[in-house]
Amino acid sequence: MNLLGKLSWSAIPYDQPIIMGASAMMIVGVLLVLALVTLKGWWPYLWHEWLTSVDHKRIGVMYIVLALLMLLRGFADAIMMRSQQAVAAAGAQGYLPPEHFDQIFSAHGTIMIFFMAMPFMIGLMNFVVPLQLGIRDVAFPTLNSVSLWLTASGILLTNISLVVGEFAKTGWVAYPPLSELQYSPGVGVDYYLWALQISGIGTLLTGINFVTTILKMRAPGMSYMRMPVFCWTALATNLLIVAAFPVLTATFAMLLLDRYLGFHFFSFEGQGNQMMYVNLFWVWGHPEVYILVLPAFGVFSEVISTFSGKPLFGYRSMVAATMAICVLSFLVWLHHFFTMGAGADVNGFFGIMTMIIAVPTGVKIFNWLFTMWGGRVRFTVPVLWSLGFMVTFVIGGMTGVLMAVPPADFQVHNSLFLVAHFHNVIIGGTVFGAMAGYNYWFPKAFGFTLDERWGKASFWCWLVGFYLAFMPLYVLGLMGMTRRMQHYDDASWQPWLVAAAVGAVVILLGIACQIVQLVVSIRTREARRDVTGDPWNGRTLEWATPSPPPAWNFAVLPHVGDKDAYWLRKQAARMSQGQVAPAGDYAPIEMPKNSATGFVTAFFAVVTGFALIWHVWWMAALGAFGAFVTFLVFAFREHDEVEIPASVIAQFARAHPAEAVP
Amino acid sequence: MRCRVILLLIVMLPLGGCSQGVLDPHGPIASGERQILFNSLGIMLAIVIPTIIATLGVAWWFRATNRRAAYLPDFEYSGALELLVWSIPAMTVLLVGGVAWVGAHDLDPRRPISSTVKPLTVQVVSLDWKWLFIYPEQGIASVNHLTVPAGTPISFELTSSSVMNSFFVPQLGSQIYTMSGMTTRLQLQADHPGTYPGLSANYSGAGFADMRFAVDAVPAGQFAQWVSAARNSGPALDAASYADLARPSQAVAPFTYRSVASGLFNAILSAPSTANALPPARSMSQRTER
Repeated sequence: MNLLGKLSWSAIPYDQPIIMGASAMMIVGVLLVLALVTLKGWWPYLWHEWLTSVDHKRIGVMYIVLALLMLLRGFADAIMMRSQQAVAAAGAQGYLPPEHFDQIFSAHGTIMIFFMAMPFMIGLMNFVVPLQLGIRDVAFPTLNSVSLWLTASGILLTNISLVVGEFAKTGWVAYPPLSELQYSPGVGVDYYLWALQISGIGTLLTGINFVTTILKMRAPGMSYMRMPVFCWTALATNLLIVAAFPVLTATFAMLLLDRYLGFHFFSFEGQGNQMMYVNLFWVWGHPEVYILVLPAFGVFSEVISTFSGKPLFGYRSMVAATMAICVLSFLVWLHHFFTMGAGADVNGFFGIMTMIIAVPTGVKIFNWLFTMWGGRVRFTVPVLWSLGFMVTFVIGGMTGVLMAVPPADFQVHNSLFLVAHFHNVIIGGTVFGAMAGYNYWFPKAFGFTLDERWGKASFWCWLVGFYLAFMPLYVLGLMGMTRRMQHYDDASWQPWLVAAAVGAVVILLGIACQIVQLVVSIRTREARRDVTGDPWNGRTLEWATPSPPPAWNFAVLPHVGDKDAYWLRKQAARMSQGQVAPAGDYAPIEMPKNSATGFVTAFFAVVTGFALIWHVWWMAALGAFGAFVTFLVFAFREHDEVEIPASVIAQFARAHPAEAVP
Repeated sequence: MRCRVILLLIVMLPLGGCSQGVLDPHGPIASGERQILFNSLGIMLAIVIPTIIATLGVAWWFRATNRRAAYLPDFEYSGALELLVWSIPAMTVLLVGGVAWVGAHDLDPRRPISSTVKPLTVQVVSLDWKWLFIYPEQGIASVNHLTVPAGTPISFELTSSSVMNSFFVPQLGSQIYTMSGMTTRLQLQADHPGTYPGLSANYSGAGFADMRFAVDAVPAGQFAQWVSAARNSGPALDAASYADLARPSQAVAPFTYRSVASGLFNAILSAPSTANALPPARSMSQRTER
């Protein structure tokens, strides 16, 4: 019996120069970072201030760092696909053989959805929601850290698959029977399944944490209808996570049982049913789309309202629309497979339900429009992203409704038209929203603003690059080109694919501008300090704190009298001709203690996942045991809070007079 | 009709009159689907284009530096406008929803095409990575090449020997999944003689990109000739040669079988990955037939 299961030196793809090159770059990059941290002696700082932090702000920042790194990885996959399809025409095979190309598009989809878009949104929610609610942390701070690190475990496993073994060659949806052992005997599908199972648990815990936080922990006076709209979208998102992610976990568990223990949930033998997987996958998959885009809607609501100098138009409508989307998103999953042979009544029903979702979405677009009406719109970088979103998203929404018409879908299903559509809404919605939020809240997180010129350059590159990269795909879809083709015969497709590849390069320029923006902003940070805590003339409570906020967020919990609490407070202060004098006496604050639980649990999760992928059973048992012991140690802890003395708080408040006390 | 003009401008111009896509239909199903595509797009463009213009216009007019624009810092609710913003998308969806419901029924893949000509039955099996077309009435079969009489409704019964694929001839219309152990149904018709490219539209593994086939629509007389020529050449398709064919292979050149063992399609249905259970296999299609 082999102690290392299926693992051997042959798991490393020596014969694939492209993979080895990419692996080498990745490994060298990681080693350089580790060496730098060690040489500079940053380990204690990193460990105490970040890796073991349970502060929602730090966790939010770490989520976004992960998301930005995975944006680079996923984009590298994208540019390889675009260049492959730009050259592999009319008999040419391009430079990527099918077994590599198939891994690339599977990894691209998996990484961009699970490890880029979702961590970005969850990161923004982590940073912003407690501040906007006027509270000091989330309901379960240590659990929050566990969520973050489990997400990081999934990311790590996915990236290990580049070097050791392979990734799934099934597409990111991994439909059986293709993903069953019989047709995918390698470890690729196992990497996919275990990475998503582990990070999926993290996501579910986030959902539970934030639903609890928003329902139970708002500042005094903040009734539901006084919550900022971003908190509403966060609530809807996390309700969706709580309802949808268990479905994905159960579905993947069944596929794992098929693959590991010879069950037949989805295989033909033993009366399994592959259609069940497709249904279950999209019962999770369609709510997932709204998990990605609802927080972005929240960001746009905040940005447009702030930079128009006006309250959000139709607040109640916005809340109703958000919650309507939350419910309706569970009633549309079948539109992902109108072509599976359901009857006309079923297809017609799901087509119409899908279109009904467009109603609340349309309402939101119009409400943003009327928010700008009568405002004084400042064309800052977040506003540019928001306007780019509004224009781009209605086009994506339109093609979405088009594909909700079953007979139209019969013609463009799985084609590049579909690929263009979902990039149109995910880039135009989620990514633009992420970028708007990143530019909007960056000064709150780090105490200085981001450079506007590089930010605008980045926006224009992204916008132009997006249209150049994806409008040709709509055309190609109508020309009959289906997705995931490693090569094709029809030479008339090539010019469009070359245009799309050029578009991807323009997006690359946009990403480069963002990196430059960050570097330039850090170097000139002294000149761009935000000393007021309120660089944009904001309306919600996060702007009532200093930038960056102290660990306890608010020295005294704010009392909320209406929506746009901070705006009202500023108006009141203006009326009374000046600032409210700071109160002299502060009470000590109990804050949750840092904990290594999340990091250590995640370490054991990686060990367990890796061992299960390679059938190293003893190591899997050891990893699971380690995770359990970590849990026990945490459960029997004696002190989980530290008291911050009133003197420290008073000292901080004196140093940051911007924090007006209600 | 104004919508059609806008559409032609937006969709047709960049295509530059290209052919072989879903906008160049050669059968009643594809024509109907293109019409629905145009109608839905027209209805939505009528609202989407003004919305885009209004968004940019409002943002520009109310820019902070424009002192001629009114500043209404408390304008946050208007019942009439709320009614308007809910009704505009609702009415659009009402129209497109109607198109969807009627279209889903008129162009149901299973719905027979009304015609005076008797339909031709073709049984389709997707294999790793090629297409097998069985003509049960003619007793022949072909691989990666589909010959059909023009002007005749074709009634497809489809299944898969292994993983899921999607049978798709863009110029003739609807695609439909092929799944092991199950039969899906599709009715198509080519109005005119011609050659139309077909493909798998659902990724199925390493040889997926080469799962292409040509559909030759020929006049009825020529079809009869093709059938008799096929009967006189090529190997016979029985359990052994099917097992041979079912082995994974890529970019297979088209060829025909002179005969097909009776009940082969049902045998594939009941034991997809191996046809060892050739007659007297019990058909399981009743369980999975939908």
